[in-house]
Amino acid sequence: MKELEYPFESDYIIKKKKSLKRTLLADGRDRLKKKIAVFGGSTTHDIIVYLELFLLDQGIKPEFYESEYAQYWQDAMFPSEELLNFSPDLVYIHTTSRNIVNYPATAESREQVEEKLQREYAKFEQMWKKITETYHCPIIQNNFEMPFYRLMGNKDCSDYRGRSNFVSRLNGLFYDYAEKNEGFYINDINFISASYGLRQWSDPSYWNMYKYAMCTEAIPEFSFNLSNIIKSLFGKNKKALALDLDNTLWGGVVGDDGVDGIQIGQETGVSQSYYEFQSYVKSLKDIGVILTVCSKNDHENAIAGLNHPEGALRPDDFIIIKANWENKDRNIIETAKELNIFPDAIVFADDNPAEREIVRAQVQGVAVPQMDGVENYIVNLDRGGYFEVTNFSADDLKRNEMYKANVERSAQQASFADYVEYLLSLDMNAVIDDFIPVYLQRITQLTNKSNQFNVTTKRYTATKIEEVYKSDEYIRLYGKLTDKFGDNGVVSVVIGKIDGDILNIDLWIMSCRVLKRDMELAMLDRLVERAAERGIKTIKGYYYPTAKNKMVRELFGGFGFKKTEEDAEGNTVWELDIAGYEKKNNVITVEDNSSLKN
Amino acid sequence: MDSKTIYARLNKVFRDVFDDDDITVNAKTTANDIEDWDSLEHITLMAAVQKEFKVKFSMGEIASMKNVGEMADIIAKRAK
Repeated sequence: MKELEYPFESDYIIKKKKSLKRTLLADGRDRLKKKIAVFGGSTTHDIIVYLELFLLDQGIKPEFYESEYAQYWQDAMFPSEELLNFSPDLVYIHTTSRNIVNYPATAESREQVEEKLQREYAKFEQMWKKITETYHCPIIQNNFEMPFYRLMGNKDCSDYRGRSNFVSRLNGLFYDYAEKNEGFYINDINFISASYGLRQWSDPSYWNMYKYAMCTEAIPEFSFNLSNIIKSLFGKNKKALALDLDNTLWGGVVGDDGVDGIQIGQETGVSQSYYEFQSYVKSLKDIGVILTVCSKNDHENAIAGLNHPEGALRPDDFIIIKANWENKDRNIIETAKELNIFPDAIVFADDNPAEREIVRAQVQGVAVPQMDGVENYIVNLDRGGYFEVTNFSADDLKRNEMYKANVERSAQQASFADYVEYLLSLDMNAVIDDFIPVYLQRITQLTNKSNQFNVTTKRYTATKIEEVYKSDEYIRLYGKLTDKFGDNGVVSVVIGKIDGDILNIDLWIMSCRVLKRDMELAMLDRLVERAAERGIKTIKGYYYPTAKNKMVRELFGGFGFKKTEEDAEGNTVWELDIAGYEKKNNVITVEDNSSLKN
Repeated sequence: MDSKTIYARLNKVFRDVFDDDDITVNAKTTANDIEDWDSLEHITLMAAVQKEFKVKFSMGEIASMKNVGEMADIIAKRAK
């Protein structure tokens, strides 16, 4: 909804919060349901109200538990029956500088202040550990914003007795914990308050009248920033950035002005701004964002512009270059198809409001940030939070290479008459085996991102995957696929729960970038092998239809399972008797974890 | 700004904030007259009214307002 996309008008959202919620809930969209416990050190009412709006807009339907006023520590340490039954998918701790109780006093020694710092920190760490033990779910914790006054003036930041100094050091301890503990995330209130303006942000009247630790006008921005972490954790990040060229990546029109006439480089303020934007876009690639071009241009002009010697980007930074005279909405849909992603995973960046409007209207769910004035491009994309990083897996870093290899594979496929011959020519090697710690993060990520090749659409948090990993009630498999074009990384996960001599398939997912490669058959072969070793006689598969997983409706049928149940909603249950099973994969060489050691 | 304009604009703000087009406020309207007007919604209302009239109420003013009439009086004095 345009009203809730960055840069939004907070005043409008504040005034219209009720009708916005009504509209969102009436749109009939299928949303992911998540339970969020909010432990507050100050009033949290409006924080939750706006958080709900932004999450609904991002495809998540939250249910909240809200602690009584300022009871965050008590709720975390001594959970009520109500809270335990609520069983949150996520805990958010809303504390601020107003909640620090052990601030240094000017007369204290360095040791005394250090002791206070440790005491303040210990209270939090104890709470995080308790939450992790109790709920096995991710935690989002605010860091601290700078205090609104500085007793010693500028020295407050550098002197150990200064409050600003104390807050910075406490933040440092929080970051250390975040670095060492998976499933723990910092909500950067320090940045957001500075960006908003600390003076307005910490207007004391809001604390003294309402016990809000920030001015109420700032809450929509605050909640939006928080919602970005949450939607990223639950797999709602965007994947690709489709960019226009003329007046988006450079100033001017390359077809009219010629390569020498476009503005990019170090000559003028305008050309420097475009250069800075190109550099920003290039670094997005490094965090795993797929770059594509969507421009009305002759192909050769587009390439010439991208080869401008003063530019930061190069044609091969882009996985797909759509430079033609087709309508842009068609090009976006084509791009999604070629990348095997949904159009709603694309962000479309174009300086032309008319093009933006067409794409917004024609392509459901695509994000279309406002791109007015090259000096605003970076901030508008950046604050939009489309590519918010929560878990940084090695695969994110390589994603562009992998998609590029995919496009090359499709090109090669066209030259083969026989599909099996084509598959054999790919020299595919897979590792399929039980989970190992180094891949747990990627496995978690896949369970949250896969929508299409996903029979049960069951989502797992990092802590839940950890649990499954440690339990002997499960047969777990991950599959990693390499071929002559490159390493696709971990692309498939299967989790089966053992019940006597039956194995119930809780999860069967695969990344769509390896569709039609017989990887699913290789996974099945291994699954049957492992099941037999554990004395399993029957494997039961389950398919629960969603708006997105039609492609696997007949997955188990294709494997040779028999359908045993089907209800009115299309949920189906399938069974395979594993006696006499014959291996199905003939095109992939499969190894186990021991092959990874070198 | 005349009183009629102030009440017309206040009315619009109240309808937005409480999401109810049947609301009509007058000088005597208080929180007791509007179902959803509790202490938490009061905060939203203050923010929306201040934005509408481009004024900033002091803490003292917010604390002492007893009805919509007193709110309108402050606006009449201060709004540009």
